[in-house]
Amino acid sequence: MEAKLLMSILLGSILVNNYVLSQFLGICPFLGVSKKLNQAVGMGVAVIFVMLVATAVTWPIQKFVLDTMGLEYMQTIIFILVIAALVQFTEIVLKKFIPALHKSLGVYLPLITTNCAVLGVTINNITDGYNFVQSLVSSLGCGLGFLLAMVLFSGVRSRIDETKIPKFLRGLPVTLIAASFMSMSFFGFAGIVENLLK
Amino acid sequence: MKKDGNLSVLLRGLLVENPVFVLVLGTCPTLATTQTVIGAFAMGLAAMAVLICSNVVISLLRKVIPDTVRIPCYIVIIAGFVTVVQMFMHAFLPELYELLGVYLALITVNCIILGRAEMFASKNSVARSALDGVGMGLGFTIALLLMATVREVLGAGSFAGIAIPFIKDHTIGIFTQAPGGLLVYGLLIFAVTAITQGRAPKKKSFGCEGCPSAANCSACMGKEEA
Repeated sequence: MEAKLLMSILLGSILVNNYVLSQFLGICPFLGVSKKLNQAVGMGVAVIFVMLVATAVTWPIQKFVLDTMGLEYMQTIIFILVIAALVQFTEIVLKKFIPALHKSLGVYLPLITTNCAVLGVTINNITDGYNFVQSLVSSLGCGLGFLLAMVLFSGVRSRIDETKIPKFLRGLPVTLIAASFMSMSFFGFAGIVENLLK
Repeated sequence: MKKDGNLSVLLRGLLVENPVFVLVLGTCPTLATTQTVIGAFAMGLAAMAVLICSNVVISLLRKVIPDTVRIPCYIVIIAGFVTVVQMFMHAFLPELYELLGVYLALITVNCIILGRAEMFASKNSVARSALDGVGMGLGFTIALLLMATVREVLGAGSFAGIAIPFIKDHTIGIFTQAPGGLLVYGLLIFAVTAITQGRAPKKKSFGCEGCPSAANCSACMGKEEA
């Protein structure tokens, strides 16, 4: 039962409730950093990493500090500070101990502080009433979904770059319209996950 | 930098420097809360309230905040006002609070607010910062309302919950859903670019440096091919 539930949380957050394409979280990096495949992968991996660490830290804070002390209203302030500090901390640790990883992920880390997907996933985990393991699985799913969307979209964009496009549609408008079609295709997944694990 | 008159500080947020359509900031709430006109209006007002308050406070503290830690300071100030707005709406407008859900908390990481703090409020007087907050906030609200009107009328056949005769029998459901949001947004940016051609400012002058994504954000470097 538990494994099934976790599986449905994971697949659901990758495909059905994809953070970028159906919840509109993390649109800025999705539009900004999806021009090249390697950048898209780097950003996606960095987001997965930060989401997991952020959830692992904010969930206990919410349960054991904010809830027990009746400070739930401090959630927004505490969470954003924790995420900002965490991103800085991760960067320092990676730089010191795993320089190779820092070299490939380093540039993306500072961008993640204001990525609303990260703050969004930590808050959603609390709102949805997930326990600690479920929260981690849901963060992993959201991160993977973000990576998937980034990678797919970088492919679409490289095709767009080679096409002739009317003057005022160039750049963002055509990118958004392409994203709209991709989001439409993700609609096909709705309902699949529930039926798959019945 | 040339000093603009107070009126132009107030007005430029409406079209020429519209944060949503010209500068393409704050995209997440723009797409997520414009399914209904009421939701869009509430989001616009909430963001405007936070923007004005944070602009005023940051402008007041601009000589106190040390330069090296200014971004964290701004985030704390903004998060504080977001919390105030959240509590206020939870207490007095519980339905809107439910409707906006997590996006209310996410005003904290809205680039428009951080961008204005970094670029305008930290360099200008309190009164001018407040005016700037009003202008940008209005621009944001109007943009949201415009998007929501298109989406709600076409997708649900109603305006602010009031059904429109004829259209309500011929709705295109996709417009209230995610793909419709992206599509309408793309087309509206296209329209505004066509109207303001050549007059739109480069993003750099807006305060994108305040956004940590600036270095890697291609949107931030001005229009891509330009």
